[in-house]
Amino acid sequence: MKTLFQKIWERHEVVPETVDTPAVLYIDLHLVHEVTSPQAFTMLREQNLKVRRPELTLATMDHSTPTRTEQVFGGAPITIDSAARQIAELERNCTATGVELLNLRSDLRGIVHIVGPELGLTQPGKTAVCGDSHTSTHGAFGALAFGIGTTEVAHVLATQCLLQRKPKTFAINVGNSLPAGVSAKDLILAIIGRIGVNGGTGHVLEYRGAAIRALDMDQRMTVCNMSIEAGARAGLIAPDEVTYTFLRGRARAPQGAAWERAVADWRTLPGDAGAGFDCEVTLDGAAIEPMITYGTHPGMVMPISGAIPTLRDDPVFDKALKYMGLHAGAPIREQPINVVFIGSCTNGRLSDLRSAAMLLRGRKVAPGVQLLVVPGSQQVKKAAEAEGLDRIFIDAGGEWRESGCSMCIGMNGDNVGAGQYSVSTSNRNFEGRQGQGSRTLLASPATAAASAVRGKVTDPRELLNG
Amino acid sequence: MEPIKIIEGRTAVLPYTNIDTDQIIPARFLRTTVRAGLGQQLFSDWRYDAAGQPKAEFPLNQPAAAGCQVLVAGRNFGCGSSREHAPWALLDYGFRAVISTEIADIFRSNSLKNGLLPIVVDEANAQWLLDHPGAPVQIDLERNLVTMPEGRTTSFQIERFARYCLLNGVDQLGHLLQQSPAIARYEAAHGLRPA
Repeated sequence: MKTLFQKIWERHEVVPETVDTPAVLYIDLHLVHEVTSPQAFTMLREQNLKVRRPELTLATMDHSTPTRTEQVFGGAPITIDSAARQIAELERNCTATGVELLNLRSDLRGIVHIVGPELGLTQPGKTAVCGDSHTSTHGAFGALAFGIGTTEVAHVLATQCLLQRKPKTFAINVGNSLPAGVSAKDLILAIIGRIGVNGGTGHVLEYRGAAIRALDMDQRMTVCNMSIEAGARAGLIAPDEVTYTFLRGRARAPQGAAWERAVADWRTLPGDAGAGFDCEVTLDGAAIEPMITYGTHPGMVMPISGAIPTLRDDPVFDKALKYMGLHAGAPIREQPINVVFIGSCTNGRLSDLRSAAMLLRGRKVAPGVQLLVVPGSQQVKKAAEAEGLDRIFIDAGGEWRESGCSMCIGMNGDNVGAGQYSVSTSNRNFEGRQGQGSRTLLASPATAAASAVRGKVTDPRELLNG
Repeated sequence: MEPIKIIEGRTAVLPYTNIDTDQIIPARFLRTTVRAGLGQQLFSDWRYDAAGQPKAEFPLNQPAAAGCQVLVAGRNFGCGSSREHAPWALLDYGFRAVISTEIADIFRSNSLKNGLLPIVVDEANAQWLLDHPGAPVQIDLERNLVTMPEGRTTSFQIERFARYCLLNGVDQLGHLLQQSPAIARYEAAHGLRPA
């Protein structure tokens, strides 16, 4: 009896692990971006090595890229020189090695973890890696996907393999179904709150149960995306009809007879009944509320209707609250905010934008609040514009940009100011994550949109019912 | 890479849990295409004020911390982003080892590939180290042993292959490249054309 993880792992063992050596694990999909790859390509050049499998490698640019249309498509220079150099370096490296690049002006470009699934490259049973911790996103398809460092990027470029010790397994069972107004983002924040930011260290999470099965692929990606915020390198959801329906007909998914063969194979991947996990927790999906973070890591999270916890004699907790300018025991609702960011590899897909637009339609952003909406890819942008979502955001007083990581990581000039409060659909509320001194409150797209309208932290159900 | 057998030096202490890699090296410094020079920006937002002046109260800015080679920190050090710039920055600054009760997976993996020792010790010894900044310690990789003052010692584990590579100055990529016949067999068995 084997779990989904064990089946994928065994399929990719080029050389099994021994006491003295890690396994040599084959990688089916290597995604590359401009920030964590330049030094890896340099390592290859220094050792006179070539890219072993350019056809299993795809590069895009997302982290340091501008989101202002004139800087992407011409008319204005990229304002940050170091970003422009990084973009040019990736272009040179891809040209020299034969790696396909979705360049700045490509209509297929986007955040690396949105592009892979969108093209149909992310598939059940594959191993996928990228020099980016949110590679766990691709686990939503039943792919074993994890973030790696730059030296390992060089390893995969040169050998298409990684040296890995087999991680342990951790089942996250979520029963029942999520209530109305509660999203996959609230679910994963609740899970991180339950197991802690180091709860998944050394483990691959597998999300299971009725509440998980009921999620669409966008929502499943949101859940798997934040596995790393619980310390786990990877999160998995077993493939099912929802997965196959999403992938069918996508440009780089198998086609025709190959598609039928692939699906037949994918159906053998889900874990065998009774296969054991090293660790297991169970949550009731029906009991989950809209969640929001109040501190400086994603485990400092609370139901939006609740009070900020009180921890006595914990200087690290006190330091976090001081940084946030928030007080133990106080409610988080009604906290005035300055910025709302809707986007990122966590919540930058079409359904996320729809969920935000539903609350912003016919409403205005509160005076003094900046609303920045950044689609996760150029394809998401095009699809959103085709159904008029861009007009809803602009009419509400928001900004609508070209795709990229943008204000999630603040590398491209899209920053939150010092001391300002941001309700953000991104994945990290670390000190300074969205800009030096920025104060991030992580939440769902619906909570972010409702908070933009009121200018303060708002339970989206108030607007949904109002 | 130079072989690593013994590291001897004094500790600097950051008594915080969950120090993420965004604190170790903020994202705005990742717009670089080289590895060198990141020590300048290590813990930048904790080290410097808005005017770029060192904050006197930050542990690494205190005179006693000058030249320290071992960083002691609270549980779950190095969580968050996979940026290898974090161990690059720590090494460039002069650190050669990090000691905590728990070290995040990707940071640990990245550190081992660059010769920064990620040392996990038990709560009691970690607390002693947190309480004694500036303590001279010896980390003996051959004996898997940390020796502290007052005759205090504790053992640690490092993944066997990574430890072998560190002790012998072996690059892990070299080992992977030696696997090319097995990799080629795997590819042929899975219908991939020869590389």
